[in-house]
Amino acid sequence: MSGEAGPLTRALRSDLALVASMIAEGARVLDIGCEDGALLEALVREKSVVGRGLEISQTGVNASVRRGLSVVQGDADRDLDHYPDLSFDVVVLSQTLPATRAPDEVLKQLVRIGRCAIISFANFGYWPVRLHLLWRGRMPVTRALLLPWYATENIHLCTIRDFLDLTERLDIKVERAISLDSQKRPRQIVSQRYANIFGEMGLFLLKKG
Amino acid sequence: MDTAETRHYRSPYRALPCHFLDLPGPGAMTLDSGEVLDGMTVAYRTYGNLNAEKSNAVLVFHALTGDQFVAERHPVTGRSGWWALMVGPGRPIDTDRFFVICANVLGGCLGSSGPLEPHPERDEPWGLNFPVITIADMVRAQVLLLDHLGIGRLLCAVGGSMGGMLTLQLASAYPDRVQAVLPIATSARHTAQNIAFDEIGRQAIMADPEWCGGRYLTEGKTPRCGLSVARMVAHVTYLSEAVLAAKFGRRLQDRKALTFGFDADFQVESYLRYQGSTFVDRFDSNSYLYITRAMDYFDLAADHGGSLSAAFRHSKVRFCLASFSSDWLFPTSESKAIVRALSAALADVSFFEIETDSGHDAFLLNEPEFLETVHAFLNASAERAGLPTAALCGDPGLLDPDKDRIS
Repeated sequence: MSGEAGPLTRALRSDLALVASMIAEGARVLDIGCEDGALLEALVREKSVVGRGLEISQTGVNASVRRGLSVVQGDADRDLDHYPDLSFDVVVLSQTLPATRAPDEVLKQLVRIGRCAIISFANFGYWPVRLHLLWRGRMPVTRALLLPWYATENIHLCTIRDFLDLTERLDIKVERAISLDSQKRPRQIVSQRYANIFGEMGLFLLKKG
Repeated sequence: MDTAETRHYRSPYRALPCHFLDLPGPGAMTLDSGEVLDGMTVAYRTYGNLNAEKSNAVLVFHALTGDQFVAERHPVTGRSGWWALMVGPGRPIDTDRFFVICANVLGGCLGSSGPLEPHPERDEPWGLNFPVITIADMVRAQVLLLDHLGIGRLLCAVGGSMGGMLTLQLASAYPDRVQAVLPIATSARHTAQNIAFDEIGRQAIMADPEWCGGRYLTEGKTPRCGLSVARMVAHVTYLSEAVLAAKFGRRLQDRKALTFGFDADFQVESYLRYQGSTFVDRFDSNSYLYITRAMDYFDLAADHGGSLSAAFRHSKVRFCLASFSSDWLFPTSESKAIVRALSAALADVSFFEIETDSGHDAFLLNEPEFLETVHAFLNASAERAGLPTAALCGDPGLLDPDKDRIS
């Protein structure tokens, strides 16, 4: 969608670089769970985006403000309702959805606030995750699911198919569906069943139905 | 009517090493109360140099009992500047790059118009004849100062506590006069608890027989006890249980056992008495009444039909709010309410909370993460305005760690 990516964009984690490539120049962007602001900074500096961030951790917020970004401390479950309808062109939620208390409510808020929403999460249907649970009988710890069950912030893990079911139930339109394999290579989702086994991560562009 | 030449009562602080903007009457400024100030003075201090484009001005608003001497040894108390950690060469508000202005607020007692200054027609101080002023009036006075200095648009306005209220009022009422504001440890309104503590302070002052119905200067008296108690109460609200426990606990003051009397047996009592007594030497009782009243009256949402968002609608100002985890006078929830209103108004807002035990006073102390983040925000503001940026330097260790608190 864009030309040559700048150095900040190229230095991003590959899933974030993919998100960046989906955002148009000069868009109004809200990054929810923006961590240390790396994506937002790349967008602001290299795509002239009007960027805002929401981040739960103090260290993340302070790091973002130090980058010169406009980021507030808050969380997706509680701090989205006061944003007016369609106040952003794009709302980004990277790897944060499973950590929310009410993912369905959060999804509704995202497509209410943004003309579109970009969401990514670790796919719990990915085959090594399935094997881990099937053979070891233990909660999976993988590259995409880094922490053991007692330490993870993820409380609502889901698979790509679970997620797509939910969007349907909430009448949310899926404009683009992408899975990332173990090499973080993006692939358009054609077969849900295939993507649900071989996609380590899912990334979706959503719109209100 | 007496003339200025034959008067005996003169402004006590006219010789201070700072500037005075005298706006002659009549009708120098109309106040929120409807009263008109005939003749007004703003006492102010500046640091650094204003550039040719007049684009590097930073306005610092002081808190309740602060004053214009923000970054230097205080000419009256001899203590180091109340925000020397924040303002100075290489500090977050860098006087090598920015032109920093700090004015004594309207109603204050260090040279600006207030109850301590001479009444325009009588040979005595204004006293309680001074009109009741508001936070908006204080801001209005300082905008007149900006007009006088020829500064159309500030790079940034910064303030903590009451100073934070002034930044919010400035951004709301004069959005074209400022590019960025940093409201710190503050609120868009005084809560019932805030008003309650202020009222205790005022009642303590007014209950002192030496207060003489506000005419103590004319009567040759000083309401030391009242103002001192007001300060003791307020001082506790600036701290936290954790900091009191760490600093004093239940330790006794210069004695091995309880005395079974009402002396200052405990260190915390002795400390508060000392804080109260030194405060009296530098602050005016009537001024304390006026300024606390102005804070109590502040309610930015009420001024906009009950909607705080409406106070900032279509604002182009960049906001960066900061709060401190143990501040129970202006808790994080108050800052978050402002952040929500700003988000609803689609304003450009940042907000960070600093984890600390130091309570409300933390904004005046050496909180490295706080100072670094403020520095970063100012650097980002400078960069946007095409001004130079710089690294944070200067040694906070050189600054007086036991300086008087001036929240």
